[in-house]
Amino acid sequence: MLKTLDQFVPGESGVVKSVSGEGKIKRRLFDMGITPGAEIAMRKKAPLGDPIEVTVRNYELTLRKTEACCVSMEVAK
Amino acid sequence: MKRFALAGNPNCGKTTLFNSLTGSTAHVGNWPGVTVDKRDGVYKKCAEEVKIVDLPGIYSLSPYTPEEVIARNYILDEKPDCVINIVDATNLERNLYLTTQIMEIDVPMVVALNMMDAVEKQGDKIDEKELEKRLGVPVIKISALKEEGLKELMDKAYNESNKTREGVTVLEKSSLSHLIGDVKIALKGQKVSNPLFHAIKLVEQDSIEVEMHKSTVSMVEEFKNTFNDEIFGTDFEALVADARYKYISKNFAPVLSRADKTKFKMTKSDKADKVLTHKIWGIPIFLVILFGIFHLTFSENLLWLGSIFNMPSLKDLGLLTAGGDPMNFGVKLLACIYDGAIYSPGVIINNIWNDLIVGELFGLIKGGVEASGMAPWAIGLINDGIIEGIGAVLSFLPPILVLFLFFSILEDSGYMARIAFILDRMFRKFGLSGRAFLPMIMGFGCSVPAMINTRTLADEKERTATIRVIPFFSCGAKLPILTAVAGAIVARFGVGNADLITYGMYLLGIITAICSVLLMRSTSLKGETPPFIMELPAYHAPQFKNLMAHLWDKTKHFVKKAFTIIFASTVVIWVLSHFDFTWHMLEDEQINQSILAQISMLFQPIFTPLGFGSQLGQYGWVFVLAAVSGLIAKENVISTFATLAACLAAASSGIIEGLDISAEDGVDAVVAMIRVTGITIPGLLAFIAFNMTTIPCFAAVATAKAELQSSKRYHGTLVFWIVTSFAVSAMVYTIGSWWWTMFIWAAAIAVVVLCIIAYNKRQTLKQQ
Repeated sequence: MLKTLDQFVPGESGVVKSVSGEGKIKRRLFDMGITPGAEIAMRKKAPLGDPIEVTVRNYELTLRKTEACCVSMEVAK
Repeated sequence: MKRFALAGNPNCGKTTLFNSLTGSTAHVGNWPGVTVDKRDGVYKKCAEEVKIVDLPGIYSLSPYTPEEVIARNYILDEKPDCVINIVDATNLERNLYLTTQIMEIDVPMVVALNMMDAVEKQGDKIDEKELEKRLGVPVIKISALKEEGLKELMDKAYNESNKTREGVTVLEKSSLSHLIGDVKIALKGQKVSNPLFHAIKLVEQDSIEVEMHKSTVSMVEEFKNTFNDEIFGTDFEALVADARYKYISKNFAPVLSRADKTKFKMTKSDKADKVLTHKIWGIPIFLVILFGIFHLTFSENLLWLGSIFNMPSLKDLGLLTAGGDPMNFGVKLLACIYDGAIYSPGVIINNIWNDLIVGELFGLIKGGVEASGMAPWAIGLINDGIIEGIGAVLSFLPPILVLFLFFSILEDSGYMARIAFILDRMFRKFGLSGRAFLPMIMGFGCSVPAMINTRTLADEKERTATIRVIPFFSCGAKLPILTAVAGAIVARFGVGNADLITYGMYLLGIITAICSVLLMRSTSLKGETPPFIMELPAYHAPQFKNLMAHLWDKTKHFVKKAFTIIFASTVVIWVLSHFDFTWHMLEDEQINQSILAQISMLFQPIFTPLGFGSQLGQYGWVFVLAAVSGLIAKENVISTFATLAACLAAASSGIIEGLDISAEDGVDAVVAMIRVTGITIPGLLAFIAFNMTTIPCFAAVATAKAELQSSKRYHGTLVFWIVTSFAVSAMVYTIGSWWWTMFIWAAAIAVVVLCIIAYNKRQTLKQQ
């Protein structure tokens, strides 16, 4: 099943399919290791529901939902 | 001298390594982005002395944030003899991403594999020999913290620096290799240095690169037209990043063998995070921690035990003499810790420092000066001018250090980054990212490094807004003003308690900051909310050595300032207050004829709406003078009071009966000022507010000027500080004096807000 990273619930994980978005944000996401094929696990949401915290390439990363919605994911079963 | 550059991801231990190598005490913290500028030191244990340059932490050599550009330009333009690439072993893949980019530059390099102890603690293993083979550059295991492997690392780096290395790329085997090769050959023909690096950046359409090699761009475009990838199309930036990570996962990642194959297990860090960034409790816990820090630093009633258990005071226990002094040394010691309530650690250290050390020492010096038989004016200058002035400032060293220690612990433990995480949503409402909170918190220590730290913010407007409000986060030098005035209010009027007033004033500063950011982001600095993508480092116990280094640095800085700038200021103030315009020396009683008084009186009326102007009568100019002297260094505000206390007491002795001034510390000095001028509590609070929000000290202004990089923005900033300080302190004074004026202020604010909203609506309509 395909959905964007911002729609994940804590505990869910998946594999990055593609990354869209404006140049600067996209580049930042790439540099931080969110590239097609990377595994991402959703950790938790901040108080007030945003930003979110994920594990990618074995470290913790925080990003906003507006940035997370640039990341299309294939949900792991 | 040879130069070695330290490069690596943020928070991978570069500065720790730098400190270990050079014996420096540069600021280290557990959050990404502590170092934002390069700095250098000398390493002495190689065959010859080597200059070590610590570069800001970066994830990539892309051109998006100022600190990335600093690091990139240093390596490319300054051509260090060797690049030491520090790789955080706990986070191998992402760290090696930068490594693959540095490898493309024609510069000797070694990889320092840091934090191996943490990896081994988890039972994992990294085969560094295998990694070395696959990377093609030397890899050395080190522990920057425990100073292990440093000698080997430096010897290796020294060895490498004698060789030359040509850039290699992991993109060699990707679909891009032909394209990159063609561009490289073209650049080589133009005799460009580092052709491989520039070729790849040109293919990526890197903005700096496109600017630099305009002539080549069209050629690259032509090459590109012949190329089309089936997945990415012609998004070359994506292609390159993807190819790098693919190569890393395939070729480098296997050197790591995990003990535990389950991927996302609960570490201690996760458990701490469960509580500290909890969905509901995260924000309340943060507020409690912040309040706890202030309580432990300033409270004279620890955990309110004194109120809860109704403890007896020293007087009740019969331990004081008839004059109210402690009976013996033991009682004096006890009085530092307890009097009707247990004091907080901050206050205890403060009392010991002031009552037992500084007080005694300065008393001895004063006695010595008096007995020396010098001219009376010299005794006056030394005892009343210099010693009172410097003493008043030095008396605040303990609370500054205690507060600083707590913030260092927050920073070092990794909690600071989480605060950015939990507060981002709120910050976004003000048009900032959570990342902007980190320099603001640093502002509680000192505005200068805080303003420099805003370089980690990628958005220009966000940076400007953040720099402008940083001084409102009351720094260590402003703390004497807060505690002395708050202490004096309690001592003189017997109302409230000092720590609540102090906390309240800190809060006022923060609220002012929030309101002004909101105002700026909806008027002069409009723009989209910048993105927020940040690494959250693992928690670790604060390093004792590191904390002590922080404290020592702060102490050195503070004491140095006291004996240079503050010392000079007290001398100038004392001299100008003892001579008139014809350079006749004046008696203490004639202070109002002095140059200083005459000039200050001219400006006195301006401050009338703020509660410390004309209404304070003939000696009220001293508050004006204090505020102005604060523009040099904020410590001057209280030292000015202390320097002039004796004269003012002598001059006003006809008016006020029984005024005994022995201003051992800043609180006494302020009490004396209150008695001489009759200033009210709202006036005093407005005075604090004014000093907190007005133009900061000299050093901070210079930093702001350098960081804003535009004289228009800089002048705007100065005007902003003046306007804000007048508005905020006038509001504090008038509402404090006449509560009903709050309706007038509310109405005025409402009108301003409505005007802004209406104006913005019109602008958007116009655009449509």
